[in-house]
Amino acid sequence: MGDITLEIDGKSIAAKEGTTVLEAARSADIFIPTLCHNEMLEPYGGCRLCTVEVESRGRKKLVASCLYPVEPDLIVRTRTEMVDKVRKLVLEFLLAHAPDSVRMNELAAEYGADKDRFGKESSFCILCGLCVRYCAEVKKRNVIGFVDQGAKREINFIPELAAQYCWDCKECFPLCPTSYLQAAYHLTHAIAFPSLSLDEVAQA
Amino acid sequence: MQRINSAAELDARREDIRAGKDADRPAIAVCSGAGCAGLSNGRVIAAFEKELESQGLAGKVDLRATGCHGLCELGPNVVIYPEEIYYVHVKPEDVAEIVKETVQGKKVVDRLVYSDPASGEKAVHLSEIPFYKYQSRNLIGNNTRINPSSIDDYIGIGGYAALAKALFGMKPEQVLDEVKKANLRGRGGGGFPAGLKWETTRNAPEKEKYVIVNGHEGEPGAFMDRAVFTGNPHLVLEGLIIGAYAIGAHQGFIYTRHDSKLLKQNIDRALKQARENGLLGENILGSGFDFDVEVHFDVGIFVSGESSALMRSIEGKNPEPRPKYIRTSVSGIWDKPSNLNNVETWANVPQIIEKGAEWYTGIGTESSKGTKMISLSGNIVNSGVVEVPFGTTLRQIIFDIGGGIPGGKKLKALHFGGAMGGSIPESLIDTPLDFDALKKVGAPMGAGALMVMDEDTDMVEMARFFLTFLTNESCGKCVPCREGIQQLLKILTDICKGEGKKGDIETMEEIADVMSAASLCSLGKTATDPLRGTLKYFREEYETNIH
Ligand SMILES: Cc1cc2nc3c(=O)[nH]c(=O)nc-3n(C[C@H](O)[C@H](O)[C@H](O)COP(=O)(O)O)c2cc1C
Ligand code: SF4
Ligand code: SF4
Ligand code: FES
Ligand code: FES
Repeated sequence: MGDITLEIDGKSIAAKEGTTVLEAARSADIFIPTLCHNEMLEPYGGCRLCTVEVESRGRKKLVASCLYPVEPDLIVRTRTEMVDKVRKLVLEFLLAHAPDSVRMNELAAEYGADKDRFGKESSFCILCGLCVRYCAEVKKRNVIGFVDQGAKREINFIPELAAQYCWDCKECFPLCPTSYLQAAYHLTHAIAFPSLSLDEVAQA
Repeated sequence: MQRINSAAELDARREDIRAGKDADRPAIAVCSGAGCAGLSNGRVIAAFEKELESQGLAGKVDLRATGCHGLCELGPNVVIYPEEIYYVHVKPEDVAEIVKETVQGKKVVDRLVYSDPASGEKAVHLSEIPFYKYQSRNLIGNNTRINPSSIDDYIGIGGYAALAKALFGMKPEQVLDEVKKANLRGRGGGGFPAGLKWETTRNAPEKEKYVIVNGHEGEPGAFMDRAVFTGNPHLVLEGLIIGAYAIGAHQGFIYTRHDSKLLKQNIDRALKQARENGLLGENILGSGFDFDVEVHFDVGIFVSGESSALMRSIEGKNPEPRPKYIRTSVSGIWDKPSNLNNVETWANVPQIIEKGAEWYTGIGTESSKGTKMISLSGNIVNSGVVEVPFGTTLRQIIFDIGGGIPGGKKLKALHFGGAMGGSIPESLIDTPLDFDALKKVGAPMGAGALMVMDEDTDMVEMARFFLTFLTNESCGKCVPCREGIQQLLKILTDICKGEGKKGDIETMEEIADVMSAASLCSLGKTATDPLRGTLKYFREEYETNIH
């Protein structure tokens, strides 16, 4: 079916041109962990948990498999010492924000990540952007967006739009890898802000 | 203003301009660069206007607000032509005397002349001042000689001759070939061969192609791009048009700083004049080649200077970098092949075409050709913009041109390349200015911001300073960069307070490794370069604060 042959963890795999290494791996039941990826959405490349090593024309580099396009004769290694080192640290960074995330704790066990390595900053949101992109790409509402940049980046509901759409939708909540509590918090807060009080929201 | 319709008409226009210019006519060049602007040069210019009027010289003397002259340390600077008398630290109160004594009376005002801080020796003319004497100012040298708001001034000194030569005497492939032979390397940071990049865009299958000037210049301590772009906008534009012709692009973009009114004014005016004169738009100089340019402004964050972020910004989106598994030279703005070069890279193109690759490769070192503009800052006597041939040693730049370290202090370290650059100790001061040599010792040149540090500098504090800058200037999209910098800053802050813990250095090294390996864009990949450099050469400064 595919028109490109590549090798992932020693297995020869056929894939269609234009697809990604992650897709190719999944089609062959090779597991690569992801946090910011969702098949419904455009690949994003934010969490870097899906980092793998690729070797092409003798040159090795680390890439995000959710974005890297397959190419003929590409050699992919999904578990090398460096790959594991990246995943471990990424998880440790993120667990400082969302220490109770079930998904991430499972992965932490696999990669030997210590969830208490870095001081807690429980802002819960790990800025994976799934909710933001779901709302923009699937619902086409753009109710949630990122504000600010760098260390100050956060997600933010636009209160007027949230009041109008979110209560009947909430489809982004289960996408959140940390727990939807945070999103819900932001939502109620945002709704409460312009017009309704929290009580009214609860009765709604 | 009349449209120029052929190479011959351009030559005729140049003859006219030169004939109309009396070589003995006095001219006053007041620096209006960013450095001098901070020193109220506006009042100096206003004073000259008033004084020329009241001394009956209006219309008889040219007054021009120019781009940066170079010696920003001593601004506001004023040059009086035709003698090229150089006055430093000029205040509005000095203006009446300058007009009376120098412009009218042809006498030098002694107290405004440059005087060497060490020897007390005076230098009256620009070319005698040590700061200027040891430079090769191929790109920035014309800043004092032209009025950046006059296209005639530029044409008068030979401007647009290279464009005419390319359009009428060379095929696009030949232009490309010349740039490749000249081994012009990108001045914006990476030193990537411009000719190869041009070729990639030229050969990309998509028919519509773009060329772009990166004038974002966000690197801390860098101010040479705006110096040449403000002071000589047509030079950059001419390079861009030549590049567009070689690449086969009909649309160009200038991405530049939003925070400099003069820069914006000068660029806008240059584009308008170029269009009116038939140097931009349809059928340029009657050659049949069409090309036009649009100006975009940066959004004020450092990462918007990164190529893919910049292109998204031009598309009107958030300046978030995207992974470049497909290069922007193949798929850039609106997925069209887009060739991006730095301001200074483009500014090099006209001379290469005019004088040829052979001439150009005669300047510099084996692997780095031509001159390089350097922004000199920090603990240095003469801060400012310097232009020297590659191969000049750092010692020459710092001592002969820069005048050494102020206050009798000792030189401790040099830092190149801003927040993503590296520091080297004084012992490496004989390293030549060269892309590869500097990279090898751990101070990759970046865009060319050179910060000089004296013996009192705390290197840990410096590493912390750059990371503090980056934590706010990254986009925050990817985890290694966003979270890594924050964790590094916590550790560095502890160390700076003398509260470092055992294992801190190892943790920082681990974070740096992961950031370099797994960040999405070069900001995250190289954000830890200053940290690595200081850990390599000044490790004991970290260790003394770890208990
Ligand atoms: C975070 C970041 C910021 C950058 N800022 C600039 C800039 O302000 N100006 C610039 O010319 N290049 C900048 N660059 C480099 C550009 O991505 C690009 O390589 C360069 O403009 C290409 O031009 P050149 O080949 O002529 O050097 C930056 C790169 C990164 C990663
Ligand atoms: S709220 Fe959840 S889904 Fe949305 S960006 Fe944060 S972690 Fe991701
Ligand atoms: S490396 Fe930094 S600046 Fe680049 S995409 Fe990641 S967070 Fe943004
Ligand atoms: S899943 Fe690939 S970067 Fe997040
Ligand atoms: S800004 Fe005036 S000399 Fe540089």
